[in-house]
Amino acid sequence: MSGQNLIYLDNNATTKVDGRVLEKMLPYLKEEYANPSSMYDFSKKSSNAIKESRAIIRDFVNAKDEKEIIFTSCGSESANTAIRGVLNFNKSKKHIITTKVEHPCVLNLYKALEKQGYRVDYIGVNSNGELNLDELEEAVSEDTALVSVMWANNETGVINPIKKVSEIIKTKNPETKLFVDAVQVAGKIPIDVQENGIDLLGISGHKFHAPKGIGALYVNSKTMITPLIIGGHQERGKRAGTENTPYIVAMGEAAKLAQDGLEYELTEVKRLRDKLEKNIINKIYNARLNTGGANRVPNTTNIGFEYIEGELILLHLSDIGICASSGSACTSGSLEPSHVLRAMNVPFTAIHGSIRWSLSRFTTEKEIDYVIEKLPQIIEKVTSISPYQKELQSLKDLRNMKQS
Amino acid sequence: MWDYSEKVMEHYRNPRNVGSIEDADAVGVAGSLTCGDQLKIYLKIKDNIVTDAKFQTFGCGSAVASSSILTEMIIGKSVDEVRKITNKDIADELGGLPPEKMHCSVMGYEALEDALKKYKQEGYVDLDDLTGKNPPEKQEKIICTCFSVTENMIWDAIKQNGLKTVEEVTNYTKAGGACGKCKSVIQDIIDTYYNKEKNEEQKLTPTQWILKVNNIIETQISPELQKDGGDIELVDIKNKTIYVKLRGKCSGCKNSTMTLKNFVETTLKNSLGTEINVIEVS
Repeated sequence: MSGQNLIYLDNNATTKVDGRVLEKMLPYLKEEYANPSSMYDFSKKSSNAIKESRAIIRDFVNAKDEKEIIFTSCGSESANTAIRGVLNFNKSKKHIITTKVEHPCVLNLYKALEKQGYRVDYIGVNSNGELNLDELEEAVSEDTALVSVMWANNETGVINPIKKVSEIIKTKNPETKLFVDAVQVAGKIPIDVQENGIDLLGISGHKFHAPKGIGALYVNSKTMITPLIIGGHQERGKRAGTENTPYIVAMGEAAKLAQDGLEYELTEVKRLRDKLEKNIINKIYNARLNTGGANRVPNTTNIGFEYIEGELILLHLSDIGICASSGSACTSGSLEPSHVLRAMNVPFTAIHGSIRWSLSRFTTEKEIDYVIEKLPQIIEKVTSISPYQKELQSLKDLRNMKQS
Repeated sequence: MWDYSEKVMEHYRNPRNVGSIEDADAVGVAGSLTCGDQLKIYLKIKDNIVTDAKFQTFGCGSAVASSSILTEMIIGKSVDEVRKITNKDIADELGGLPPEKMHCSVMGYEALEDALKKYKQEGYVDLDDLTGKNPPEKQEKIICTCFSVTENMIWDAIKQNGLKTVEEVTNYTKAGGACGKCKSVIQDIIDTYYNKEKNEEQKLTPTQWILKVNNIIETQISPELQKDGGDIELVDIKNKTIYVKLRGKCSGCKNSTMTLKNFVETTLKNSLGTEINVIEVS
């Protein structure tokens, strides 16, 4: 299903390309195709466009210098370049710290590094999804080369206190570098690498209305990395490969629009998210908010529906044009429910029926109202098939008791 | 997005025979809440015919579709006909399932099997018992602790679907899909089923055979017994008969026969084949 009947509430997975972004990039796919490294006048427009985009991204993350910005192909490449880059530059240190709830692209990289002899500590979270800072402090040692912590979690939207994280690390070991996966905060809350004491930070264009296939990595001037992709001198030797001019231009434009739209995110998008959340929790007796009172990005809510399974809910939603996503095992084919919800100890009655709703600036009130109207019927239908009727009845009784 | 057949989609959208039967003649359950899917099937049986069937499912689209079509497949059939239904029949009836979703059809088969096991019928003989194609031990030995998958369930899935790899077994039964620690045991079960282990043994010299048996005792059996303050010693081997001595707390322990049969013999059989016989000497 696509087109006007679509209600897209899966913006943490990817976003729609903004029409203004597309317009801005199109000339570089058509007439302005010059290689920006060339010597003739024809290439000037390309190289200037890249320069302009780099300056926008510099401001977007509040870096000191645009030389600290490297264009990559995606968030995963940014993370790989940062993590491998730091470790390969200083091979004497063999200890890394990360969290149990990082994105799989980071976690799988760490699994691979463990096989190469690195020791990795995975810091846990509480039942709201908030990072255990004491555990982090204890883990930092002389041998710690790198700590990587995501700014906000993709499944729950829970924000990590990056400034505090940085302070904890630097107090114990000033040499330790901090990489922040900022993919889920770009365009949702302000990013300031200087204010938050960040050494390396990765973002991905398609999460804030640029196309897929473009990302950026901030590496501060005091942090040395060994490049991952070796070849030409592009990106000051930090990332070889002819610059993807149209996509770099697109991400620059998308970042500009995202920066301008931050206020809207924090007010209007948040209002719609809260409306959706409150109505679901109030109207559906077996619904629970998985993140408690944790501080979150304004567009995300993760709600568990007890004694039913997420994929079935998504299939029924999809039948009426609503797109959301689930941490259930069935949707991913991995057989196990989401590692994030497991790390939070979400009760096993709700973990398989957890649905993530993620809005964007394109989400309308009409769409949210439609979901609020239709979802109870879907949940009712799925619940009626469940073998746990007795348990469901007790939940219903409990809810009625609380409300009366 | 899964590539579900039209029939699967039709069944999860409009499941047939949803609900429970108060005075059911047999109720079968497979799966659990922790594992992420559960199926409960209720049967009414009269004069050896399934007159009604209802189901309740906690699970994904293909789990609901498998349950729904299963009830349609069995209503009106004789118990003997119903006993012959396998997970493959369920998947075929749905027009196929994605490989990763085959365990949903297996869950249907298991719930049905569970119901029929509880429904006692006289004079029933499982032909597979006679041909020796059933698992060596009838006890419900758990192989995959993450998803509570027993040896019998894995054996049935291999037999009914001709599974050849650990990955296929995971797709059909979930076993090995989480922590993955049981993957080598699953491989052993596959090997045992296809008699690969047997051929290998025939090539072993008597000394190699003794070393192999001793290695299993030392690495797999002895450490476990030591945890309980006991131990085991290999005394002699005559072809497939293994003579052992139980030591420490194990010797003279009331449960020593159980330890010997359940744990020692099963462990050796898993690695060396079903003809192994273990005898305790004092």
